[in-house]
Amino acid sequence: MQNKQMVSCAIISIISFFHSSAAFAEGSIDETVNEIFASATGWFVNLIFAPLPGTSFPWIVLWLVTGATVFTIYFGFIQFRAIRHSIDLVKGDYSDPDDAGEVSHFQALATALSGTVGLGNIAGVAVAVSIGGPGATFWMVLAGLMGMASKFTECTLGVKYRNEYADGTVSGGPMYYISKGFKERGVPGGRFLAGLFAVFCILGALGGGNMFQANQAHAQISSIVGDYPGWITGIIFALVVFAVIVGGIKSIASVTEKIVPIMGVLYVSAALIIILMNADKVGWAFEQIFLGAFTGLGVAGGFVGALIQGFKRAAFSNEAGVGSAAIAHSAVRTKEPITEGLVSLLEPFIDTVVICTMTALVIIITGQLTSDPATGLYLVGESGRIITADGSSGVALTSAAFSSAISWFPYVLAVAVVMFAFSTMISWSYYGLKAWTYLFGEGKTTELVFKLMFCVFVVIGAAANLGPVIDFSDAAIFAMAVANIIGLYFLMPIVKKELNSYMSRLKSGEIKKFND
Amino acid sequence: MTTKLIVGLDGAEPGERALDHAKHLSKLIGDCTIELVYIIEWSPYSFQTPEENAMRHKRNEQETKTATERVISPALATLKAEGFKANGRVLHGDAAELLNKVATKEKAQQIIVARSKESGFAAKLFGSVTAKLVMSAGVPVTVVN
Repeated sequence: MQNKQMVSCAIISIISFFHSSAAFAEGSIDETVNEIFASATGWFVNLIFAPLPGTSFPWIVLWLVTGATVFTIYFGFIQFRAIRHSIDLVKGDYSDPDDAGEVSHFQALATALSGTVGLGNIAGVAVAVSIGGPGATFWMVLAGLMGMASKFTECTLGVKYRNEYADGTVSGGPMYYISKGFKERGVPGGRFLAGLFAVFCILGALGGGNMFQANQAHAQISSIVGDYPGWITGIIFALVVFAVIVGGIKSIASVTEKIVPIMGVLYVSAALIIILMNADKVGWAFEQIFLGAFTGLGVAGGFVGALIQGFKRAAFSNEAGVGSAAIAHSAVRTKEPITEGLVSLLEPFIDTVVICTMTALVIIITGQLTSDPATGLYLVGESGRIITADGSSGVALTSAAFSSAISWFPYVLAVAVVMFAFSTMISWSYYGLKAWTYLFGEGKTTELVFKLMFCVFVVIGAAANLGPVIDFSDAAIFAMAVANIIGLYFLMPIVKKELNSYMSRLKSGEIKKFND
Repeated sequence: MTTKLIVGLDGAEPGERALDHAKHLSKLIGDCTIELVYIIEWSPYSFQTPEENAMRHKRNEQETKTATERVISPALATLKAEGFKANGRVLHGDAAELLNKVATKEKAQQIIVARSKESGFAAKLFGSVTAKLVMSAGVPVTVVN
């Protein structure tokens, strides 16, 4: 019965998509998709980003920041005091040689990172600094540092409460720790909250994990080869995604998984080169970042505008508190769930504090943001964004910044964007699928319905305009954090108990390094 | 004290050659145990998709089971039928590193491996297990041609 309902749901969504395609004869396909999409998702976006009464501050941003602050304080600034041990864990110093052949800490970290490092770091940061100014970078880094504690909490729980099946496979994530953890602590409503998370996770997978990626990949490709309809990119992408997630063609996924880290290193190296080439402007850039953080330097909403953008982009990029990484990390078979939490706290650091800051510095240093020389304030256009040197936004802005120093870099960036987008889609198709099977049960038909729907959304994402897609993507990802952080508040004492026990055994020498 | 010989098996002809040599030595030595080792190449630093991670434990068990059934168990059965003392194990990791580790742990006198027929280019590009083992082993290594 459930399966029937799902199949009909999927069929309806596919039919409505292709029905809208029928209207394409009248106007352009992209415009039609965009209109339908914007009108269908507007209410959801408004609800998630509703401002706090009497302010322009979205409640959801406060929600995330409060969560990260609470976890930072509750765990005694774990992100700073345990980072050395986290690195030792990733290096494998504490890995039992008898566990060889299982997923290592490094692999879990790399897999989770390939789901988060991507367009958020390239396009997202460009959006943040073009709306919030350089000051957004400061708040983004701060949110990244605080988010390390959120990530630590959720990934520890992800491993502790995962489901292990008789065939040796595992499923984990917020939906499992919320339902099982609440039951264990005698807190009511666990199943409802877990279900709510799963619904939001599916939306997040289709939004930020899919449509936003397809959209920006198309933007990047068309900036190189010239403008052409987005649905063409969408269909090509959808076919490749289909080949991997439905066709099971592992070689495509494994090639991507190997290329993505290389692209990441290449991206950071190029950014470092540009920063070094403009070493004399680094001091000025940091001045702009600090000044902008507290004054706004003329951006819409002043320093609050910078703060909102910084926090929003950090959360969208590193997904701390969102719960997605907990799904990725739960595959590790460790006797100590806390070790997985400690490893995962490196993600927001690598993703936001290092990579996002690189992007922001390159955009600022290469002078992409125009300002009034007389006042030093940034010039804001009618859209509320700072007027950029060539009028670009999103990934095109990052591309323009890199090309101003390295003319051929947009080609590398285009490949990187496509690869990042693809690996993020593959990761999120898995997160979404886990949420889907949590709600509707494991089974081949159930999985196929989700996978087909995922492919249809690739086409919609590539064809829609940036505005509605980015709004929906943000809203869907942040909605996951609503249910997840409530769950984390109730379950954080369990993490604390695990942490204290682990740390005392580490101190007493009971937990030893295996590598001599 | 029994003499221990470590033999690296690969489920193919070179492994058989190494084992033949070990049997020959064992007969000459007399009190000798042959320790068979089959290594599934695996690195904790490779990159995997979330789905591959979720399936990893299952695959790990399958790989160990297959290697035991197809390589180690038949070899052990033959050795025991022929009157040799032998043990076997399947491990995941870097072949050269693990052969050396087992040799040290078992206080073995020698590691016996056979040269594979890897082409010159591939061997140059990826480095051969044998070359790495000869360079790094803590006990004498015999490479059977």
